[in-house]
Amino acid sequence: MKKIIQKHPLAIRWLHWINFPILTIMIWSGLLIYWANDVYRIGWGSTTILKFFPDSFYKLLNVPFRLAEGMSMHFVFMWIFALNGLLYVLYLLFSKEWKLILPNKKSLKEAWLVVLHDLHIKKGTPPQKKYNAAQRIAYTGIIFMGIGMLLTGIAIYKPVQFHWLCALMGGYEWARIEHFTITILFVLFFLVHVIQVIIAGWNNFRGMITGFEVIKEKKQMPVIIEQKSAPKIDNTLNTDSHDVQA
Amino acid sequence: MMYKPEKLISEKNVRTKTFVGLCFFILFLAGCYLSWNWLQHQPKDQGALRSLRKGLDINESIFTSFFSVERLSKSFGKNLAAPKVRVNGDAGLEDNSDTLNWKLKVVKAPGDTLQISMEEIKSLPKTEVIFDFKCIEGWSQITHWGGVKFSDFLKKYNLTDKEKLKYTGLVTPNDKYYVGVDFKSMLQPQTILCYEMNGKPLPLNQGYPLRLIIPVKYGVKHLKRIGTISFSNERPKDYWYERGYDYYCGF
Repeated sequence: MKKIIQKHPLAIRWLHWINFPILTIMIWSGLLIYWANDVYRIGWGSTTILKFFPDSFYKLLNVPFRLAEGMSMHFVFMWIFALNGLLYVLYLLFSKEWKLILPNKKSLKEAWLVVLHDLHIKKGTPPQKKYNAAQRIAYTGIIFMGIGMLLTGIAIYKPVQFHWLCALMGGYEWARIEHFTITILFVLFFLVHVIQVIIAGWNNFRGMITGFEVIKEKKQMPVIIEQKSAPKIDNTLNTDSHDVQA
Repeated sequence: MMYKPEKLISEKNVRTKTFVGLCFFILFLAGCYLSWNWLQHQPKDQGALRSLRKGLDINESIFTSFFSVERLSKSFGKNLAAPKVRVNGDAGLEDNSDTLNWKLKVVKAPGDTLQISMEEIKSLPKTEVIFDFKCIEGWSQITHWGGVKFSDFLKKYNLTDKEKLKYTGLVTPNDKYYVGVDFKSMLQPQTILCYEMNGKPLPLNQGYPLRLIIPVKYGVKHLKRIGTISFSNERPKDYWYERGYDYYCGF
């Protein structure tokens, strides 16, 4: 017999996986658009540390001269991206799942412990429920990044109709810079996310597909299931943290 | 909270649940792949994949039904206008001899074309527009233009009955560059037939003698060197539309 726990609700699994190809398409078409005015870099004066993006990068991905294609794709798939994100936020709110994702008072301190743990600097598992503190911060951050994407996107897309929003973003040029910056953050999030999922392993990955996760018994400490009339948050996931890193 | 408590199930049951979940997952991935493939192999409509073209047209109808096209583009002070104005694109400007004996042609009806000289246009009240010019490539620049409000121009030449039509078409004298603009945007008070830039006559590469400035649209619609203006209910042909861009291009 195996002990399992229901980890991810069906809605979250669908919304998560739909977001994956849609966000990929948005970033890809965004790159086709960005190429037409690729002026951003990291550097100062005439010193450039990193140009967004080097010509070899464009060549590798066959990006040049596809602005029209990028725009048509971006302005159609944006609706799906926005709708999917809206449904996700609404689901979090109405299922009260947000309580497991939003960081709390202890999260900042605990997130540091998670980082030390993940880098194998510190032994011992930081406390966690469904998500650990670092995950709470990251997964909440990504929601705000999504919102930021929509707001800066609307400001660039309809700067006259939404002139107040455009002004709020610091003007048209700033809105474009912010839109680009958040995209880079999305890509960085994605990289870390995938690495963490790979490290966390099959049981965790399966959780996002089937919804359940198998709980490994800890040898020295048998888990006591407290079956009260109404189960509380606290009797949820308290598994070996390596299984629930992502 | 809403978490179901942990439960014990057989290993076989775990395997079955995993298998079913994976099947759905693979179906989902296959669905994504097939949809993408279906999209990419669609025939093109005016340079854009058919479904995406439909999407762009739907976006236009959403934005034109829910928003007022009359809304003004933000104005700036003259001191903020760039002294060096960026030049992008010279389609339609190949032959500068087009500017000799230039007259603006306005097609009122088939066989009834007005010919209007620069002097006549300049005799109309001048409107100055200083706005953030936005190129479809993604850059923008605050620029200063002067000319005749298109709505004033229509009144002067008794063309206001054309407002019933949906579109205005503009073409360069050599027919090599052409745009179509919805009439409501043409009537927006910042839309001008422009003959001045930074208080001086338009340079050749900015469309001398007369160009369109229409701040609620991307730069591609600001046709340089207007040869002929016409009106229609059908979309007039549009250079960048044919090359896969949105027809509307409005902010």
